[in-house]
Parts: sequence; C-alpha cells; structure tokens
Amino acid sequence: MGVGIKTRSGSGRVATARLSAQPGGPRSQWAAAFLAALPIVPRGVAARWRRAAAAPGEGEGRSAGVRRRRRAGGAMLRTSLRQVSAALKDGRVTPTELCQRCLALIKTTKFLNAYITVAEETALKQAEESEKRYKRGQPLGILDGIPIAVKDNFNTAGIETTCASNMLKGYISPYNATVVQKLLDQGAVLLGKTNLDEFAMGSGSTDGVFGPVRNPWSYSKQYKDKSVPKSHSEDEESNWVITGGSSGGSAAAVSSFTCFAALGSDTGGSTRNPAAHCGVVGLKPTYGLISRHGLIPLVNSMDVPGILTRCVDDAAVLLGSLAGHDPKDSTTIQDDFKPFEIPNLTDFSKLSIGIPKEYHAPGLSSEILALWSKAADLFKNAGAKVVEVSLPHTRYSIVCYHVLCTAEVASNMARFDGLEYGHRSDMKDSTESMYAATRREGFNDVVRGRILSGNYFLLKQNYEKYFVKAQKVRRLIANDFVKVFRSGVDILLTPTTLSDAALYTEFIQEDNRTRSAQDDILTQAANMAGLPAINVPTALSERGLPVGLQFIGRSFQEKQLLTVAKWFEKQVQFPVIQLEEVKRHDSGVFQHKKSASFS
Amino acid sequence: MRAVLLGPWLRAGTGPRPHPATPHRAPHRALRAAPTAPNTACDSQQRLPAAGRDLPALKKVSVEVLDHLEQLALVDFRDSEGVERLQKAIQFADQLHEVNTDGVEPMDSVLEDRCLYLREDDVTEGNCTKELLENAREKVEEYFVAPPGNIPLPKLEERETFLQGSK
Repeated sequence: MGVGIKTRSGSGRVATARLSAQPGGPRSQWAAAFLAALPIVPRGVAARWRRAAAAPGEGEGRSAGVRRRRRAGGAMLRTSLRQVSAALKDGRVTPTELCQRCLALIKTTKFLNAYITVAEETALKQAEESEKRYKRGQPLGILDGIPIAVKDNFNTAGIETTCASNMLKGYISPYNATVVQKLLDQGAVLLGKTNLDEFAMGSGSTDGVFGPVRNPWSYSKQYKDKSVPKSHSEDEESNWVITGGSSGGSAAAVSSFTCFAALGSDTGGSTRNPAAHCGVVGLKPTYGLISRHGLIPLVNSMDVPGILTRCVDDAAVLLGSLAGHDPKDSTTIQDDFKPFEIPNLTDFSKLSIGIPKEYHAPGLSSEILALWSKAADLFKNAGAKVVEVSLPHTRYSIVCYHVLCTAEVASNMARFDGLEYGHRSDMKDSTESMYAATRREGFNDVVRGRILSGNYFLLKQNYEKYFVKAQKVRRLIANDFVKVFRSGVDILLTPTTLSDAALYTEFIQEDNRTRSAQDDILTQAANMAGLPAINVPTALSERGLPVGLQFIGRSFQEKQLLTVAKWFEKQVQFPVIQLEEVKRHDSGVFQHKKSASFS
Repeated sequence: MRAVLLGPWLRAGTGPRPHPATPHRAPHRALRAAPTAPNTACDSQQRLPAAGRDLPALKKVSVEVLDHLEQLALVDFRDSEGVERLQKAIQFADQLHEVNTDGVEPMDSVLEDRCLYLREDDVTEGNCTKELLENAREKVEEYFVAPPGNIPLPKLEERETFLQGSK
C-alpha cells in the first residue's frame, strides 16, 4: 500500500468515532450495493471491505483492518483546517492531492445537492499554484492550499453566481467579493459555490431553483441506527432531513468533509441555523467587522458574511483572514482588527454567563431544553457566574425582523430589472412592462411575496405605522442587550434552534414565511442588535441528529466569545459524523489514485 | 448552590412533548394551548407571536392597494395565494402595535454611534466598461438598450394580472 504515500499514520488526529452503542453489523444494503457497483475499486478491495463490515458483533474489532488502512490514509479530509495546513507545510500531503480528494468526494456526495457550481478547473489550477509555493517554501499563510466553498450569493469573478434564482442564472460576475478576494489572496482553493434558499430567503435551503439541500446526517450511521426502517427503497428517499437555511449548502459541504471551511451569510440566523442542524460551527461576526462588498444584499443593516467550520479554532483562523476595514464597504468599522489565537479559558471567576429566560420559547424541544440546562450547569461547576437575565422584547424580534427585512428586500431587489445583468424577458412594449415581465419570470413566490409585503409596509400611509415602528422596536431590542451586558454579563447562552432537523416532507408542508418565523426566533435578535454569535454543536438528539447551542457576545468581542465557545466545544466532545462515502475517499491511496484519474 | 437554573421550566414545561419523528408539529400544538389575550407585560412564559389564533384581526386589503403595489413593485401576485400571503404578512406585522414605543427613536443602523467616514476624492478604479457590458443581453456600442420608456404600465383592466377578475 505504500506507493507514493505522502500521508502517514498519526499525521493528524484521527477523529475517534463516538459510536452509539451498536454492535458492528452489516452495512446498509444501499451502501454495500454502491460499493460493489463502484467500477474503480478493484473487486478484491471491495470484497475485503464488505467482509470486514459484515463480520457480526465484533464492535471495534471488526473494522480494525479498515481502520488501520484509514489511519494509513491519514483521515486527511476529516482533520481540522489547522491540522491539514500543518500537513501541507510538512509535505505530508500536497495541495493538488487534497484538492482532488475533495473534488472526488463532492462527486460522490452529489446527491446532497450542496453545490450549485463546482469550479474544478480553477480549483486545480489554484492548487497547483499553491503546490509551487509550498515547494519553494513560501506559502502565503495558513490558508494556502486549503479547499474552501463559498455560498452562491457571493460574487466570484469568472464563476457563475446565481443566488439559486432564475434571475441570475448564467450570470458570471466580473469581480470577486472582498471576502472571496481575501481568501484567494491567501492561497485558498475555491472548490465551488454552494446551494441556498433563493436569494438567502428561507430557513431550510429548500426554496432555491436548483432544489433542496439534503442534510449529510440523513445518511449517517447515527441517524440510520435510530430511524425506524420502512421498506428499503422508501427509506432512503423519504427519510432525509433538511439542512436548515439559508446557508444549507455551505453547512452540508463542511459537514460532509468536502471542504475545510465555507462562507455563508447571516441575516436572521442563516449561518447558525444550518450549522446547528448539520453539526458544524457557525459564526456570525459583529456587524461591521467583515466586509459585505460583493455579498448580494438581502437586508443591508443586518447582513454579515458567516463562517462555517468544523471546529471553533478554524473559525478563528477564517475570522482572522477576513475581518478588517474595507474601503469598498462603508459599513465596516475603521478600527484595527488583530487576528488572534484563541487562548485557553482558565479563569472562570471573572466570567459571567447569562441565560435569557425569554429564549425558552414555546415549541422548544425538551431535549434541547435539557442540553441548555446541562450547559449552564457545566459553566457553573467550572466556577463561572451563571445568572438568569431578561430580554423582554425578544418575542417581538421576529415581527420586527419581518417588517424590516421585507422593506429592505423591496429596495434591494429593485436592482433586478434585466437591463444590465441577469435574466431579461423578451417583452418589448415598454421599459416598465419589460421590468415587470423579467421580475415575474425571474423570482420565485418567496421573493415576490417579500417584495410585495415590503412595498406594502413602505406605502406612504403605512410608513410610520409599520416601518418606523419596527425601527423603534429594533432599538428597544438592541437596548435590551445593552442593559444585560452592562449589568456585568459577558456571554449569553441560548439554544440555536427549537428542535433538531425536520424531515423534508414535513418541512415543506408550511410555507416559507411561517417556517422562517418559527425557525429564526432564537437567532434573529443577534442580527437586530448586530452582536456576534456562534453555534457550537453540542450533542445528538434522540433521532441521532445534531443539536447545537448558541453563544452571543458583546459587539466586537469575538475573542472572548470564541474563547468561551472553544472551551465548551472541548467539554462536549461532539461526535464525528459516520458517513460511508467519506471513509471510502479518505482511506487507501490506491483507491484515491484511481479516483483522481477518473476525475 | 442552585444547580439547575432552568429547573422551574423543566418541571412545568410549556407545551406537550414534541413527537420525536415530527418535531415541527410542536409549535402549533403549543400555540393552541397558549392563553388567548396578548399581554405586553413580561410573562414568565413568553408566547410565540406567530401564525395562530392569537393574531390581530385580518384586515382585507383593497384591490386598489393591491393594484398599486403591483405597479410599485413591478411584480405580480400571480394568484390568490399571493394575496393570502400578503394578508397573513400584514396580520403578522400588526403585532408590532402591542409594543409601547413612546419616546423611542427609530434605529437605522447598529453603527449609529460611529461617524460615517469620508475618503479622499481620488479615482481608484474604473475603466471596466467591457466587463460590465458583458453581462447585458441587449446593448449597442457602450449603451444598455431598453424598450421605450415613459410608457406607464397598463391599467388593471388592460393588464394581464390575476387581480383583474377580482374587482
């Protein structure tokens, strides 16, 4: 097996799978069939794996052979960004090899529908450039050669940017968003653009024109073991759960190991919600910290680029690369931002954690409530001061958001008229009728609904009653937070979502607006007040799906927020997702080499 | 030391246990069990303001306003569902009126305490006509081509819109 291996055993921390208490049993018929059908795996290898998998009841022992092979492969795709960056620096793996593995994995996980565009050629070119730099001993930094995915509402030069809408299908942007440019300048490899709800409107990543995104956890051993099997064929198709939204594609991409980090956007929880459902870290930075130039806007006063990674440390790395003043975005603050390494949290006596009682919203699942309670205990037992606090206007936050969001959307979507870019209708009678026809053809129901609602709230007779009123309520909500932080609380601890991920078939039974109103309730207020917030995956639910908890910090105090989050992450030891496809791609250089030539 | 801060809530519970296979049904059930009268004072158990029986009365929007909206927004309602959606959105937003905002200034941006800065009036970028024109479908030389302007959208009776039948 030693042909040209660059990876060695022990090169990275092999993620120890926290198996649920299930004895080793035969793999699902589907996975085995897939394995057998794969033309590039020599029969011997596949048969050996099948035999290893099928050996009954030996728990750890049965897959010892597979695990040994896996360790030899280094479990490269499942390491953290920092670890793989160290491996690149040491030469244990090359950027092109890493890129090829990720691209191959994207192909096999195509059914997740996480990616809209895979920029294979440009990614490989970027990887080659990176390899040259590493050979010269001059990497650009920690991000050099790291495969990254970007949500499809960020402009990327030369790569189609669609926002999952017919309005921008075929639109090739002439420029890079600032955050994308920053990543590329540091040598990151842009794998592709990820799927989302149309124009980032939604909380399920189900409403884009390219179809819904499937949660990788739907195909995990943990979920399959817990779900009641119906007939085998029905099982796979109707049993999958949503990723949450709207950055569902990015969350799925990170969760299924096809990239090491992904960019999302967060307006009402669009990064933290899918992060919670997909079991990854989702960071929403303070409004004004990261440039929005090039992010196709939804709500100018609340949008921020979001960061999705598999661990809190990686989020800090990305934050360090992206934060800072941008002259092209006048809503970025001019203060100097100093990238930081997250320190270890040792002194709990000075830490005060607030538990906002209003976040115990009706509909909060009892599992999450219990986890929230346990987390509070964890901090208390470590010596921190844990207090109950009140944010009295929390329950109006979602209504306020609804009005402000639709109003700003009505304004922001006005730029799509077909004249300068995007879809253009064939209607030629007049400019106005061409605009109307273009917008009728280009936008889906959700977008049109929000535009019309927004216009209603902005009518002269309604302006004071709704829009200005909502702005006043916004101030009340922001003031709630100010009061709480002024009283000595450093960080707020809340749940991120009301429950674990829903079945797709259930989710689509209510319309987008209702779902958003339900799902954004815990994440939305942080956007109102512009505060930084982070979702940390905490545990698996009864159904075997991820559940996360949210930490909200003070403005521009990301260092404190991430310090607490990192400590918490270490305490909870969230299990690694067990996906059959990833095992196949991550182990065995022989198998990998075949797939490289296949792609 | 009181170990479990959330103890009182855990014991009382605000709603029925969500069915493990159908987590999203729970919010609806909880809403139906919630008290009917909205209360601006802080309850210890906050009600979720969402679609449910507790919302303010549904105000019908007149066809004139709907027509006006279609003209302003240059998007159409498409069907009765679109109009329903607007009605529900308005009903949802009406809950804002429960909040007392006397003496409160509207908030435009969370960065309101900072000055919007100016930069030097130097030309730092431009000369990208070719790139910008590439994405336009109809153009002539360096111009975007639009159909004739100054022609208002046809009136409701003449327009092809769902609203036509509803007058």
